[in-house]
Amino acid sequence: MAKVVLPLEVARAFADGETDHEVEARDVRALVRVLDERFPGIAERLSRGTAVAVDGEIYQDWFLEEVRPHSDVRFLPAIEGG
Amino acid sequence: MGNEEDIGKIIDYSGREFQYIGKRTIRPDGVDKVTGRANFGADFTVNGMIHGRVVRSPHAHAKIKKINVDKALKLDGVKAVITGKDFPEIDINDKAVGEVVVSYYDMAHNIIARDKVYYDGHAVAAVAATTPDIAEKAAKLIEVEYDVLKPVMTAARAMKKNAPVLHKHIVTAGVEPKPEKPSNVASRTEFKLGDPAAGFADADVIVEREFSTQTVHQGYIEPHACCASISADGNANVWCSSQGQFMVRAYTAKICGMETSKVKVIPAEIGGGFGGKTVVYLEPLAVMLAKKAGRPVKMVMTRDEVLRATGPTSGGTARAKIGAKKDGTIVAGELELVYEAGAYPGSPVALGCMTGFAPYDIKNVSCVGWDVLVNRPKAAAYRAPGAPVAAFGVECTLDVLAEELGMCPLELRMKNAAVEGTQAPYGVKFNRIGYKETLEAAKAHPHWSAPLGPNQGRGIASGFWFNIGGTSSAEVMVNEDGTVIVATGNPDIGGSRASMALMAAEGLGIDVARIKPLVADTESVPFSMLTGGSRVTFATGKAVIEAAQDAVNDLKRRAAKIWDVDIEQVEWENGQAVCIESTQHKPLSIAAIAAKADKTGGAISGRANINATGAGPGFGTHICDVEVDPETGYVTVLRYTAIQDVGKAIHPSYVEGQLQGGAVQGIGWALNEEYVYGEDGRLQNTGFLDYRMPVASDLPMIDTVVVEVPNPGHPYGVRGVGETPIVPPLAAVANAVSHAIGKRVTDLPLSPPRLLAVIDGK
Repeated sequence: MAKVVLPLEVARAFADGETDHEVEARDVRALVRVLDERFPGIAERLSRGTAVAVDGEIYQDWFLEEVRPHSDVRFLPAIEGG
Repeated sequence: MGNEEDIGKIIDYSGREFQYIGKRTIRPDGVDKVTGRANFGADFTVNGMIHGRVVRSPHAHAKIKKINVDKALKLDGVKAVITGKDFPEIDINDKAVGEVVVSYYDMAHNIIARDKVYYDGHAVAAVAATTPDIAEKAAKLIEVEYDVLKPVMTAARAMKKNAPVLHKHIVTAGVEPKPEKPSNVASRTEFKLGDPAAGFADADVIVEREFSTQTVHQGYIEPHACCASISADGNANVWCSSQGQFMVRAYTAKICGMETSKVKVIPAEIGGGFGGKTVVYLEPLAVMLAKKAGRPVKMVMTRDEVLRATGPTSGGTARAKIGAKKDGTIVAGELELVYEAGAYPGSPVALGCMTGFAPYDIKNVSCVGWDVLVNRPKAAAYRAPGAPVAAFGVECTLDVLAEELGMCPLELRMKNAAVEGTQAPYGVKFNRIGYKETLEAAKAHPHWSAPLGPNQGRGIASGFWFNIGGTSSAEVMVNEDGTVIVATGNPDIGGSRASMALMAAEGLGIDVARIKPLVADTESVPFSMLTGGSRVTFATGKAVIEAAQDAVNDLKRRAAKIWDVDIEQVEWENGQAVCIESTQHKPLSIAAIAAKADKTGGAISGRANINATGAGPGFGTHICDVEVDPETGYVTVLRYTAIQDVGKAIHPSYVEGQLQGGAVQGIGWALNEEYVYGEDGRLQNTGFLDYRMPVASDLPMIDTVVVEVPNPGHPYGVRGVGETPIVPPLAAVANAVSHAIGKRVTDLPLSPPRLLAVIDGK
């Protein structure tokens, strides 16, 4: 099971404030689908300006990034720059 | 003290010997720029071109009751007038959901107001005429009736319950339960690591301070400018200076209701951007005027327009609280940021929350950010958006903590420095980073131990920026004579052409002088994300390296054909093909292979389209010496040293220039720059005479130390460079001034009157 950490605002809006979750999935898209089954509407929210860090590697526009059984997956605000 | 001979020495930590990387080669854009031949945004001229002018609101907050364009249209020479009604309506929920959320509704309304103006300088109409003078006269003939509303100019005022609400459809996001009433607070963001309350309970010393900064502009020398033409079949050409030709194409097409393929954007040289040219203002207006007039339209902003109507970065407040053990171990941190977003949501407050404590290994951290609407221009990106104000709060509070603990501020930072494996406040664990190395370089630098005189003070501060990757493309084209063109889709705002050429030279193994780097238009190379986030040398560089390898593979195939051997027999060494199992074949240079391209399959090229990952974070540490005149409050910067881990400096001169430029902009932010608004919400300082940026004569030479801890996510170890150096200066200067006067300064800018008031205890 991968460890998933949601942003606080998202956790409060969709998951009773619980930020930490465990999900079994092979990539981020599948992981988000599982989350959306648990917390309907969360996929749409996580698709808006949200990056993901999988085992420390930040992906600005997540999709098919590999998730391993013990991966650490964190959703973050997307990072813009000047 | 370390060995002075090593100070500033570029060390290749990876141990790799480079042939071209790290050389200070002649800049490809240099001759055109110093001889005045470079074409910037305002330099384009097209046959039949006419001139556009924008009508701007003189009010900071008002309803538009009526716009009468009749008189303007009757003026001889006027070819077209447009208002917001000429643009397609965009749904309020229409957003681009890519790298960051972009509200097309807000963008459209920011470019030209519909029913309401939200800041002094907000565009309400535009006119095109045969000469700039006629366009100016026509603009004055456009009559706009306003119902003037009370402006809300500061976050503090905007957050009050009785404050006028700017947008009736905005309720505070990030708050549960979701509020029902509209608010000027667009959103609340929170990050939490560990148990901050327990951390503070465990602390021996707790310090807490609040700091404020003002709205500041990027201050690029070149004002926004563009020229647009539109053909009879509806295809638009846009020549402009920007940080992304593909960004301009996407936004212009969307705002004007056109298909992407109908808009071609040809990039000009850019005279500075620093994040401020990651959005569009004039381009959709020029396209719409050109469409209506049937003539190409050129538009150039004045400095007044740039300052009043384009996106500065947010002013804001930072409250920082730090708890530590007696030995200096930090056990808890708390940061609350309030940033002014301007007229539409989207200040960089979340990034401020993520970056403020990032240089430190702290187990318990809480960061809360508030994005607040005010009647100022919508904030745009500015070098490391959000980070400087957060670092100002944290790094000054650390200085206070060092005083409380009786510790050297550098040693305090060293004791708590983030290293590989440290968990950042936003949860991610760092890969190999070089923050500690910047502190070691600071400690070893003669600047750190140089004596100070009366009324002088020294400050130190550090800063962090993520650096990003993203979508980039590159093509490496081998010409018939063996010279090479490297085409990419990123405007060169900081020396990227030189870097691309050097990386291609390294990959191909040929002299960099035989490589011509090119910034191509939107129809000549595949899509690339804009130039920003310190991503181009890293991400587009990665694409260039891959494209060069692709070209090498092609060259090897051609050599195999020429020699009539299997491709496995061919290796690429020092820019030439070598047949490994036969001495009868002499090595073939690129020129020799290119000369036979027709016989071996046609043109030779390599390409790469990538979404680059593996960007390595950047950390910097700055030392600043100042002298304060106690009679006038005037601050003289005596000495300044910027130290940064850059991964690998592809072209060290450009890297040093980035460190110097970021430091200078940060010094201006700290000492002088601020938007000054009147009671009526109108901007008072709309030129560089009154909006005082530092010039060369104001400052000493900025010394730089380039630290190289290679980024494992890049073949040559590159980290982004351009943004980190603006993060430490606000605090480095403020800490220096505080030590010089013996009182803690908390409010920027430290202009003479403000500082004199602090000195005098007022």
